[in-house]
Amino acid sequence: MTGDEACAEGALAAGCRFFGGYPITPATEIAEHMSERLPEVGGTFIQMEDEIAAIASVLGAAWAGQKSMTATSGPGFSLMMENIGLAACTETPCVVVNVQRAGPSTGLPTMGAQADMMQARWGSHGDYEIIALAPSSAQEIFYQTITAFNLSERYRTPVFIMTDEIIGHMSEKVVIPAADQIRTEERPKPQGRKDRFLLYKPGPNGVAPMPAAGEGYNVHVTGLTHDEKGYPVMSIEAQEQMMTRIKTKILNNLDDIVITEAHELEDAEIVIVSYGISARTSMAAMQQARAMGLKVGFLRLITVWPFAERQIRELAQRVKAFVTVEINLGQIHLEVTRAAAGQATCHLVGHHGGAIISPDKVIAAIKEVV
Amino acid sequence: MSQAVARHEASAAAVPDHPLEDLIRSDRIPHIWCPGCGIGTAFAATLSAMKGCGLDLATLCMVSGIGCSGRAAGYVKLDSFHTTHGRAIPFATGLKLGNPKLNVVVFSGDGDLFAIGGNHFIHAARRNIPLTVICLNNLNYGMTGGQAAATTPYLARTTTTPAGNHEAPFNLPLLAWASGASFVARWTILHIRELTECIQKAFLKNGFSFIEVLGPCPINYGRRNKEKPLQTLKLYQEQTIIRNHADPSDLEIDFKKKVVLGEFVDKERSTCIENYDKTCRLM
Repeated sequence: MTGDEACAEGALAAGCRFFGGYPITPATEIAEHMSERLPEVGGTFIQMEDEIAAIASVLGAAWAGQKSMTATSGPGFSLMMENIGLAACTETPCVVVNVQRAGPSTGLPTMGAQADMMQARWGSHGDYEIIALAPSSAQEIFYQTITAFNLSERYRTPVFIMTDEIIGHMSEKVVIPAADQIRTEERPKPQGRKDRFLLYKPGPNGVAPMPAAGEGYNVHVTGLTHDEKGYPVMSIEAQEQMMTRIKTKILNNLDDIVITEAHELEDAEIVIVSYGISARTSMAAMQQARAMGLKVGFLRLITVWPFAERQIRELAQRVKAFVTVEINLGQIHLEVTRAAAGQATCHLVGHHGGAIISPDKVIAAIKEVV
Repeated sequence: MSQAVARHEASAAAVPDHPLEDLIRSDRIPHIWCPGCGIGTAFAATLSAMKGCGLDLATLCMVSGIGCSGRAAGYVKLDSFHTTHGRAIPFATGLKLGNPKLNVVVFSGDGDLFAIGGNHFIHAARRNIPLTVICLNNLNYGMTGGQAAATTPYLARTTTTPAGNHEAPFNLPLLAWASGASFVARWTILHIRELTECIQKAFLKNGFSFIEVLGPCPINYGRRNKEKPLQTLKLYQEQTIIRNHADPSDLEIDFKKKVVLGEFVDKERSTCIENYDKTCRLM
């Protein structure tokens, strides 16, 4: 099946029962597949009037108690940004898939890119933390969609799947395990007296339990700065308390959230850093470089946000250089450069968008660095 | 000081509980609405209708957008959602479809629902999503200080139409009717009894219901258009006419002529949820 279909199947396996969508190349197939499959499992699909409405409906369904998601590409992702901010501010679990295509603007709708990575991190106004995963195959998008829902429920936060047109439209073998082999998580539910319940009072892992509408908690949910009860409070102190909670629930759990994959890093002098479709380019390049006798390793970012800062910082102490491979003009490359903090040189193998990067380009860059 | 507090407490003790006490977040009072504003009256009518309609209050939710009327969700002691500007209806759509047992009320203003949120309104009406949408129409953007809205009458003065509004306003019931709403009505905050009964009826309607409530904004609209608070209410009394089932194209707001109030549409049409179950859930 295609990556888009595998994404939809992963969502269903994770327990997603609401999809609010809007057609856009190259993410449309996720919506199409969900429109067929959701009613079979008792869920609901709705095609909204635009991406703004799609994400708004996803947040509404999340507060109705459903695991909910949407899928889009660059132009739609731009339109969703305001309500992604509302989701971050109100700590609403949801999953947003961005099947990236080349931009800016309408760009190359049918051709892949990885140029929305910084938009994923900073696209909505204000400070907040976000979780973003980057799958490298159809099989992986299946599993990562499940992980995305689990993280979203665990941390009450929007989670992005930053895939791309190439994986979305590529057909590959996907193994779907039996339901009892799949671990799914539910958001923590409140206990104790309903009249004393505080909607944003953090539990042990920094995350507050979340009731659904209709359960008798009379919650108030607002995008205004709010106190632990959820009531708007227009003060610097309330802002600080809210922001601290939104940030620390992610930043204090980095070991749980940041997933990376290490390949031949033990003796590496040069480390390729990559994610998503470009990780496949990078894997091939690393193997070719090793065959040439070059001491090249590969760090694959499965979680792109929050950034694997500690991993890069530690590697920078002992390696000569980083080569970041991505289909943009240097978005994660700048993060690597920042984390390396001058301890190792940092190089980019980028692309303007529209095609995958050939391993030859990576080899050429490695040879220059050596 | 302590005497004043004691006096205040004594008088508070003598005042019986507010009849809507159980539906108001009294810990959030005082509210933000200005003296003479119509929102509180429409809000109270909504709460009275909630109490009177017989629905289980635990199933009732309120969703608002942004603006003065958008603050309503912050004062109601129900599951309540103060969302982004213009997006109350699609949020409410997800809430309702996510749990069809909920009874979802959207309470927001004309700027929020019909300018930035206009597209969502017509599509929710077209789909016949079972929602009750109450629009407090005060003819301008109150919270930001009185700018022109999609409902501002021709030639009316606002801070962004200093020479008078050169655009034509929407006829909201006509828009709702044309978009397919199951229930469409208009009242003013002066017609509190009719309004409350109408909202109650809308709550029990299985389909997309829309009620436009005309309410004064004396601080931002009235002041610039030489309309004192009492004069606006006089217009509501003297320059309106109740005509149920009126032709929706006759519902333009022009207080120089008569403004038509009443219940204009009340029809049966299968909802989005019923049709989804029928066509998509083939089990």
